[in-house]
Amino acid sequence: MNKTLLSAAIGAAVLGFASAASAATLDDVKAKGFVQCGVNTGLAGFAQPDSAGNWKGFDVDYCKAVAAAIFGDATKVKYTPTTAQSRFTALQSGEIDLLARNTTWTVNRDTALGFNFRYVNYYDGQGFMVPKSLNVKSALELSGAAVCVQSGTTTELNLADYFKANKLEYKPVVFEKLEEVNAAYQAGRCDVYTTDQSGLYSLRLSLAKPDDHIILPEIISKEPLAPAVRQGDDKWFDIVTWAGFALVQAEEFGITQANVDQIKAGSTNPDVRRFLGVEKDTKIGTDLGLTNDWAYNIVKGVGNYGEVFERNIGASTPLKIQRGLNALWTKGGLQYAPPVR
Amino acid sequence: MADTNPSFVRHEMLPAQPAPIAAGNIIGWVRTNLLATPKDVVLTVIAIILLALLIPPALNWLVVQATWFGSDRSVCTTIVQGGIQPDGWKGACWAFVKDRFVQFLFGRYPLDERWRPILVTVMFIVLLAPMLIPKAPYKGLNALLLFIVFPIVAFFLLHGGFGLQKVETPLWGGLMVTLILSFVGIAVSFPLGTLLALGRRSKMPVIKTLCVTFIEVIRGVPLITVLFMANVMLPLFLPTGWTIDNFLRALVAVALFASAYMAEVIRGGLQAIPKGQSEGADSLGLGYWQKMRLIILPQAIKLVIPGIVNTFIGLFKDTSLVSIIGMFDLLNIIRLNFTDTTWITPVTPITGLIFAGIIYWIFCFSMSRYSAFMERHLDTAHKR
Repeated sequence: MNKTLLSAAIGAAVLGFASAASAATLDDVKAKGFVQCGVNTGLAGFAQPDSAGNWKGFDVDYCKAVAAAIFGDATKVKYTPTTAQSRFTALQSGEIDLLARNTTWTVNRDTALGFNFRYVNYYDGQGFMVPKSLNVKSALELSGAAVCVQSGTTTELNLADYFKANKLEYKPVVFEKLEEVNAAYQAGRCDVYTTDQSGLYSLRLSLAKPDDHIILPEIISKEPLAPAVRQGDDKWFDIVTWAGFALVQAEEFGITQANVDQIKAGSTNPDVRRFLGVEKDTKIGTDLGLTNDWAYNIVKGVGNYGEVFERNIGASTPLKIQRGLNALWTKGGLQYAPPVR
Repeated sequence: MADTNPSFVRHEMLPAQPAPIAAGNIIGWVRTNLLATPKDVVLTVIAIILLALLIPPALNWLVVQATWFGSDRSVCTTIVQGGIQPDGWKGACWAFVKDRFVQFLFGRYPLDERWRPILVTVMFIVLLAPMLIPKAPYKGLNALLLFIVFPIVAFFLLHGGFGLQKVETPLWGGLMVTLILSFVGIAVSFPLGTLLALGRRSKMPVIKTLCVTFIEVIRGVPLITVLFMANVMLPLFLPTGWTIDNFLRALVAVALFASAYMAEVIRGGLQAIPKGQSEGADSLGLGYWQKMRLIILPQAIKLVIPGIVNTFIGLFKDTSLVSIIGMFDLLNIIRLNFTDTTWITPVTPITGLIFAGIIYWIFCFSMSRYSAFMERHLDTAHKR
């Protein structure tokens, strides 16, 4: 510990830029006064700076929720844009405290890479988009198709697996940059476009005739996107975990950014009162190492899961993504929070 | 002898002839340059047809059909795409560039603090302009201010300190980052490259080996690999809690890279200087550094101006590679906006890329013109 501090101090002195990270992430974060959050360098609806340069998006709201839980202020976040390659190093090396970057939870990443995941904030899956004129209703009719795909992603591998498993022929048309794949699909160089379904929706917006293209019902891979933290700091892991669950729980309780004050003042439901930290003798917040109004701060700061979803990627946004698997468990989806008590 | 007037000598002056058709007017110019031979006629006709096919649609797309005003994607999309333009509409979406222009310049630099990069730019122009004008006085002082004082002041202005709010480098972006990377790359690589070139020609074995190794190692690795190593591998080698600023890593990588190339360009110039110059300097009793500074380098560098500027232009454009370490220079901040749901349209990417191209072209073309001017200015004898 002393050695770490010493080296951090030397680092700070020598480099003038360094920031420290040690086993007790929560203490570091409190000392720094902000959460250093790794986000995507730019993905429609998930993490994207607006024209004033403020980060907005679904993943960004998860960073804000953690900041709200700790500081009672959702703005105390600093963002590190990370690429697909640099995200893991950034987390391993302590450059960031939390990675909320549409990262698929896999056993390999959980074990070999030394990260911890505990809940899925967005259930994604790889899908296909085809022009309506092809008259294709199912991915199983795609034999012999030319498929546009971005190189270097799990998408490419899933595609190969799926077509092999179903004994279908296909011709991959591979490009490095997203714009190139889009251009190729629009120019008709391939019949099918495949990527994560959330990506297909944003892609459809950039097509000349969005309504001439349909997204096929098949999802050929499981892509549970989850926030990640480093292994070895369970306290921090708990905070990140429960900040995420609090969003879902708030939606289940029907608590929104708008009515949270009213409910906090007037609710008689002990579950809700415990959640918002107004029930007598509740210790949930302090046990987490936070204050008892941690969940109230989260809802006040960013809203509940449904609000976060709708604001960034839901039906009211140009992306128009349906809740689908991401609906609450009470509405046939998979979003489920363990009891807060 | 007085009235000898041989018949072969003309008795009166001839009247003035009209100027030959090839000189002076447009028709003459066209005839000599475009229609001189049948082959020329054919080529000219083909060229005109091509231009006629290309220019009107391009102008139509870029200007006539283009959208100039608006605050979201609806102005740049047709009705089927969810916008307000008639079906079949195609044109540039300059409203997108206008809306995001400030972001293209400064990245995510905080709004309230944007006077700081603007002030730095003004300081830079004020210091650079007299540096570029050969006749302006006080070159020494000017260079001192531009290359030593200015970077320090600019660093504190941009990064914060002395009562200014701190602005972390991940917030920097856009043209600002491109220019900082290029300025530092150029300002470091020129002197460092010169030293490396001299070192490589040195007779001292240790210095020579060091310089050769540095140059060959750096030149033998792609810049993108160096950046990638600096970003992905370096943090794993450092003790936990140590981080070196991403931007600093990129600056060092770019500067070292340009230095290696610059060294080889300058070495080319050094080799072109005849041995007699060096011997002449020796015979005057000049020491090594005096000889280099007064006799050899001024001649050598003058010879390789095109190569030096070539390296600078290459460096300027290479800065866009910093995208792989999650930094947003001009090109990447523009590309970042392609997927923004506020502006995602079929024409956004092409408009953004054209805009990026124009900006890059303006800077590179200015550098190239200035180097041509410098070559003419410094030209003393070698030009044919």
